[in-house]
Amino acid sequence: MVIKTKQVIRVGIGDMNIASSPDTIRTSGLGSCVGIILYDDVKKTAGLAHIMLPDSTLAKKQGMKRAKYADTAIYDLVHALKDIGISTYRLKAKIAGGAQMFQLSSSNDMMRIGPRNIEAVKSILLSFRIPIMAEDVGGTTGRTIEFDPASCELHIRSVNKREKVI
Amino acid sequence: MCEENSFHGNFGPVQFDVLKEIGNIGAGHAATSLSTLLNEKIEMHVPGVEIVDFDEVMELAGGADKEVVSIYQRIGGDAPGSMFFVLTPPHADRFVQRLTGTPQGETGAEIDPEMSISALQELGNILSGAYLTALSDFTKLDLSPTVPFLAQDLVGAILSVGLIELSQVSDQAIVIKTSLMEGEGDQKEFIEGQFFLFPDPLSYKKIFTAMGVLHGD
Repeated sequence: MVIKTKQVIRVGIGDMNIASSPDTIRTSGLGSCVGIILYDDVKKTAGLAHIMLPDSTLAKKQGMKRAKYADTAIYDLVHALKDIGISTYRLKAKIAGGAQMFQLSSSNDMMRIGPRNIEAVKSILLSFRIPIMAEDVGGTTGRTIEFDPASCELHIRSVNKREKVI
Repeated sequence: MCEENSFHGNFGPVQFDVLKEIGNIGAGHAATSLSTLLNEKIEMHVPGVEIVDFDEVMELAGGADKEVVSIYQRIGGDAPGSMFFVLTPPHADRFVQRLTGTPQGETGAEIDPEMSISALQELGNILSGAYLTALSDFTKLDLSPTVPFLAQDLVGAILSVGLIELSQVSDQAIVIKTSLMEGEGDQKEFIEGQFFLFPDPLSYKKIFTAMGVLHGD
């Protein structure tokens, strides 16, 4: 029998990936970005997307990474999970991020990107009928998150705060 | 090569040199101001200009997970963009000790946090002010500073703020990075910090036009 060693799958900014127990999946330094975890608690498999922008129609050019946007990232993640035999109706979600790192009083809409990302993620998940089981969003601090598909726990680390588990 | 997903397919060596010079001049002036403030010699590292993926931007600053103190300033005017001065928390503490005259070696735990924040904000004002003024003089563009913001957080969370504008047109960023260092000999790396300049996508054309090196189109 082969004993599989536990690995941490890392997801970069504007990227996505999938992990199954005993592996965990992690993304670092979420600021205004949002980390979206879609998981199946029976098959103990989870996908994670680290999105930067709410909507792919914001793209001013074609052919960019789809995992950067909330809409295309969630769509692709749902389909990638379907491809490995996980039906969308089994999926549950946990989300974290969407902070406002600097309190700019600027009229620049891009500075409100954190809250806009959160809104977009929630409405897209709703349209897929994927329930959000837990969230840690907003605020003014960055987050590094790691999801364990075995326990379905999401560990959240922030500067000067105790690790949080949701 | 990467036309389909980047805005800088038409960058040549000349354009890179101009950006390098911008980093050089900006950080050079910032070093001089800091030197005057601390009455110490401040050295500047040879600037680097690189086109990298967003993840690599974070790596250049020590990794997305690393905790840093950063001063962020949004640049307005003719060529908008974002500028960051990034230093490690121990370096930030040392700077505060120097500026407030707290004796060295006494861990710095006694420093009033409010004092520490205002000292760092002052550092931000001075460095970014000097950097921007130099850029403005060099390019003859009107670059107006906004109030600098201070944050102590994860590199990824902080620098991604400067990548949002960019991420609408590209999966990569041009990083204009320069380091400042204080001290000589054994004292080296006493205070070290890095500048990151991310011009907004449309600003490149303006910078290159102003410098007379607009490529192609």
